Amino acid sequence: MDAATPTPIFVVDGVAKGFTDGHRPIQALRPISFQLHAGEIVCLVGPSGSGKSTLLRIMGGLIPPDVGAMWFEGQPHRAPNTAIGFVFQKTNLMPWRTILQNVLLPIEIQQGKVSPAQRERAETMLATMGLKDFEHAYPRQLSGGMNQRVVLARTLLQQPRLLLMDEPFGQLDALTRERLNLELLRLQAAEGITILMVTHSISEAVLLSDRVFVLSERPGRLIAQVEVPLPRPRTLALMSTPTFGAIAMQVRSLIGETG
Amino acid sequence: MFETQKANLSLRCEPPSAWSWRSRLVRHQTRLAAPLVLLAVLALWALLVAWQDYPPFILPSPALVWQKFLLMAATGSLLLHIGVTLLEIALGLLIGLSAAFALGYLLGKHRTLEHLASPYIVASQSIPIVAIAPLVVIWMGSGLASKVAVTALITFFPALIATIVGIRSVDPDLHDLMHSLRASRSQLFWKLELPAALPIIFGGLKLSATLAVVGAVVGEFMGANAGLGYLVNLGRGLLDTPMMFVAILLLVVIAQALHFAVAALEARLLRWQRV
Repeated sequence: MDAATPTPIFVVDGVAKGFTDGHRPIQALRPISFQLHAGEIVCLVGPSGSGKSTLLRIMGGLIPPDVGAMWFEGQPHRAPNTAIGFVFQKTNLMPWRTILQNVLLPIEIQQGKVSPAQRERAETMLATMGLKDFEHAYPRQLSGGMNQRVVLARTLLQQPRLLLMDEPFGQLDALTRERLNLELLRLQAAEGITILMVTHSISEAVLLSDRVFVLSERPGRLIAQVEVPLPRPRTLALMSTPTFGAIAMQVRSLIGETG
Repeated sequence: MFETQKANLSLRCEPPSAWSWRSRLVRHQTRLAAPLVLLAVLALWALLVAWQDYPPFILPSPALVWQKFLLMAATGSLLLHIGVTLLEIALGLLIGLSAAFALGYLLGKHRTLEHLASPYIVASQSIPIVAIAPLVVIWMGSGLASKVAVTALITFFPALIATIVGIRSVDPDLHDLMHSLRASRSQLFWKLELPAALPIIFGGLKLSATLAVVGAVVGEFMGANAGLGYLVNLGRGLLDTPMMFVAILLLVVIAQALHFAVAALEARLLRWQRV
């Protein structure tokens, strides 16, 4: 393999999925194939109901595909894998656990108990996310943006190599969203994680991505993979450049075409 | 610029301890109100007896009931009766609640099973417990077993329903999370299902705890030779109304104590709900 084609960390090959609504079968996802390269950020955009979340849940191993196969780091991939982190749209924190306890949940599940070193690492992670004073608070005492950071901290603490994000910042206000986008970019650059993110925001997709995948209306089909040749590190200032605007327009028209 | 934004964000959320002292003050006031109301009721009761001059077998005065209580306590048998009723309540709760939690968990997890079982569960609840109690005595004798059985029966239903609803209420997103973390079945139960269902289970538990007292008394009414329900029945036969009052008031005290015990346990286990 030559240097020009980086190793794919995740391969999706002909994956499709249908559901039944009562007796009526619904095709949610038409056969879809793509590759994710190690260390890149890919955003998945498309009209509502185009099967974006379904695709993510299949990739996370939460639901099986009807047909098709997947490979993660060269291995056939079917079941949930702890090297694949998942961030859902809703902040899925346990309300009866403190912030620190929530962040430590995956370690508790996987190792039975938490070592002092791991606790310290969790505390450091929370501190870098600006949550130092809230370790012993409960999720309901924090704002939506802070809770989504807790989710991010919990996921990153597992040191995933692939991060699947399903509209992670969808319920946040624009300012918080931008701030968390920048934070995510910083963390991703530092840890070299591969990210696949579903989003409804075209500007968020262009700001974050190396490539933007555009899905058609249901049944979902991958209609385009748009390269984003903007320099890294990305800044909010990039959003006012002509290149950014042109790419955003291109993505928007691709989504529009399908309607 | 980024730093100042972070500082502003921090200000939006006060430390947890700062909010709760005001609510603690309010709670203090309500705690004082209960004894005051009790005193007022006692005073009204005493006034009513004094004013209307009722004979003691119709309505004894609080003072007379108190004297009767002291007399019964001095002879030593009162403690035995309290003990018997408490034992019936404790065993009945133990059996009724364990069965309710186990079956409730099962029915909560498996919808088809619940569809199968729910007509029978509803039917069993449409029969008043006083109608079933004589049958239970015929089957199990007039000893401890029948009282425990009646108590278990009456405590079973509220706890069962609460457990089913509680298990159903578990956030599916959290199920997904546990699934993606590859949690085992026991981890799923201890770390997700139980804590998530607990707030609703406690609602049923409070009902069951007070109903347990009703169950024990109904059981004793069907035939017994000890217990507070037996004393109420005995007092009725002897036209010893003060004795009935002593027994009834002690039952009220037991029900209150049970309720407070459950509430205290709830406050301890569900501290996260009050922050």
